Amino acid sequence: MNEASLIGLFEATVSFGALLYLAALGEMIAEKAGILNLGVEGMMAMGAVTGFVVALQTGNPWVAFVAAVAAGASVGLLHGFFTVVLGAEQVVSGLSLTILGLGLAAFVGRGSVGQPAGAEMVPVDWGPLSDIPWAGPILFAQSPFVYLAVIAGFVTWFVLWRTRLGLAVRAAGESASTADAAGHSVAGIRLAAVAVGGGLAGASGAYLTLSLTPQWADGIVAGRGWIAVALVIFGAWRPGRVAVGALLFGLTLALKTRLQTFGVDFSPILLSMLPYLLTISVLVVISIRSRNRPSPAPAALGIAYRREER
Amino acid sequence: MTEPSHPIGPTGPSETSGGDAPSVELPAVELRDIWKRFPGVVANAGASLRVRRGSVHAVLGENGAGKSTLMNVLSGVYRPDEGEVRIDGVAHHFRTPADALAAGVGMVHQEFRLVPSFTVAENVVLGACERIVRRPAVESAVEALAGRFGLAIEPDRPVWQLSMGERQRVEILKALWRDARILILDEPTAVLTPGEADELGAVLRHMADDGRTIVFISHKLHEVTGFCDEATVLRGGKTVAASLSVADTDASELAGLMVGASPVITERPPAREAGEIRLQVRDLRCSDDRGLPALNGLDLAVRSGQIVGVAGVAGNGQRELAQAIAGLRHVESGTVHLVGEDRTDATPRQRFADGLGYIPEDRIGVGLAPRLSVTDNAVLRTYGRHRRGPFLDAASATGHCRDLVDRFGVRTGPLDEPIAGLSGGNLQRLLVGRELVGGPRVVVAAQPTRGLDVQGVKAIQDLLVGERDAGAAVLLISEDLDELSTLADRLLVMHAGRIVAEFDPVTAERHAIGEAMIGHAETADDTGGDQ
Repeated sequence: MNEASLIGLFEATVSFGALLYLAALGEMIAEKAGILNLGVEGMMAMGAVTGFVVALQTGNPWVAFVAAVAAGASVGLLHGFFTVVLGAEQVVSGLSLTILGLGLAAFVGRGSVGQPAGAEMVPVDWGPLSDIPWAGPILFAQSPFVYLAVIAGFVTWFVLWRTRLGLAVRAAGESASTADAAGHSVAGIRLAAVAVGGGLAGASGAYLTLSLTPQWADGIVAGRGWIAVALVIFGAWRPGRVAVGALLFGLTLALKTRLQTFGVDFSPILLSMLPYLLTISVLVVISIRSRNRPSPAPAALGIAYRREER
Repeated sequence: MTEPSHPIGPTGPSETSGGDAPSVELPAVELRDIWKRFPGVVANAGASLRVRRGSVHAVLGENGAGKSTLMNVLSGVYRPDEGEVRIDGVAHHFRTPADALAAGVGMVHQEFRLVPSFTVAENVVLGACERIVRRPAVESAVEALAGRFGLAIEPDRPVWQLSMGERQRVEILKALWRDARILILDEPTAVLTPGEADELGAVLRHMADDGRTIVFISHKLHEVTGFCDEATVLRGGKTVAASLSVADTDASELAGLMVGASPVITERPPAREAGEIRLQVRDLRCSDDRGLPALNGLDLAVRSGQIVGVAGVAGNGQRELAQAIAGLRHVESGTVHLVGEDRTDATPRQRFADGLGYIPEDRIGVGLAPRLSVTDNAVLRTYGRHRRGPFLDAASATGHCRDLVDRFGVRTGPLDEPIAGLSGGNLQRLLVGRELVGGPRVVVAAQPTRGLDVQGVKAIQDLLVGERDAGAAVLLISEDLDELSTLADRLLVMHAGRIVAEFDPVTAERHAIGEAMIGHAETADDTGGDQ
């Protein structure tokens, strides 16, 4: 194991961490508002394929990025329409949208498999900063998506915990009738949150096809949407802890392809179980602690709100 | 998302009439000829209400009299089918609670609208604050507002840590923060201890002196005579007495207006010869939901043909006692004997088979399943008897349910519909009926009449007395001292997880019982010994 391969490992950790973080932030925002979105995997796939196809058509990575976000947000809004407007079961709707999103993405992208990317996001040029040993390549030669993830994390934290809007969003997720009685539109908040969440999942998908592995293949999302869902629990619905979790889970993803180069005899299949094992242990810790205090999960998560219902 | 009606911070009571005070003072609230119909029910049939500014006004009525509907009309939750809502003489058509708040009408609901994981301050300002929330500034503003009205509160505590009384203060603060000049409280004392209720009375007086108008919904007469200025009585959706001066009336007159001609207070039923011990609890120790000691070596015994009443301030282990006897709470030490057998570790099903009828404090949830049908709820204990092979015999179950509904006078819709639409009194009749229909040998009833109207209370009390006369041993846990003194053959007082005193309900003085309830019993009054 030499220095270059170690730097490569950490560089990949940050990249994968940012990929997971974008999707997990979106999931966290939706869950904070009370909507469980199990469609992340499908939304990521839609973002990935839309980004790639639009890049092929336009040759402009930023146009492709915006289209990917819009695609994710649209699927998010669809989830919102089912669960908020129609009051459908959130788990069922989310799972259906994962299946729908994966299928639709495969259909849309069927002509693009194996094609070279129409456009790529170039790594941000930080000038002399990228020459710093270790930190340079790991932190200052990354794709714009990585910095987007960092900014999105700070903005999410600030909005949710330091603004009136955030207070209303969290109230909608903790006790919808309270938010309603205080004059906030629960339906509006939840629709907006699930759309923003879908948009972030779309951005995460676009990171795959516009930057990380700039090509389209069916199944390219490869279960990372599910890791994002687990990550929200692992991070106890707090942006900072979710970020730590994203790096940790990102490390397992980065290690998976490198274990053999490092000469470590450990099954990559077992390694990919690690995020879920960690999440289950966090769940256990949460439920033990919850005997004396409320769980960190939003109390109204997964519960449809209708004003008249007793 | 709607913008808050006005910027951060509390403001004083604003005068909407403006300019000079009108020569004839307009009522702060005027509801004229309100009609509100729901499918199959007319909740308000021409109800009216006039409330003087700066007064505490009681709205009285039994369950189903239309009080809550009328208040929901006033607070913008419901839109009336007909009628007029006037605030300070100006007609309003509220479409949402936010509209009503903008006109100065705030409501404190019976079920609190609070976010448990938020702090007090966050809950208070949820409806109206600046775009960027600065916690220290918000907390000191909330503290200042609380101080103005004598409401003791810590703004940075999360609400889940607060007692019911403290949570209610947060609810009141929320309305004051939005500058509600007219405050509606829906049965505010139902969740309070007697001491907290008195404190609330003082706070309401304080607010009325500040020029605010309080509308106080209740069916507890001593509170109405204790801290209200005027009272309006509703019956069957209509106003039967408007703005009576409380000073010129008394509790029995108000009670008469509420119920029409039916009896209010049950006569003490003649005592019956007590038989053998059916329920015996020895040195029982249990923890509450938070893991703190709730029962600390409790002893009691109930004989056949006897009602033993347990009085106490809420939260002294009554709930855990009932659960431990029913088999729903882990017993750490001590024993529970049912009909002579040790059943300390028996399952609830085993205890039911022994002849234990259990009427839990939580009617919905523990007692009944709200989404199941009337029939399903009726056979929840005995479904094993209504079967054909491995399947439920629907005809037999429905027949059993129909018998039960007829015998216990449950007013219900179709038997295969969920019970969620039944009124509180009918839910309780169904539950009590299910537990009593088999002729239990021991009955444990926890707060069986709480929240019921006068007729409902009477029906449940009669059933309990009927079971006693049929030879059952009845343990009646209640917070209503009148009920206990009327029904109980022996009256025990519970404090800090133990029985601290016993009284003869016929001769005991209320004062002495009250002292025992707050833990000041010097020695147990040995009127009848343990048996």
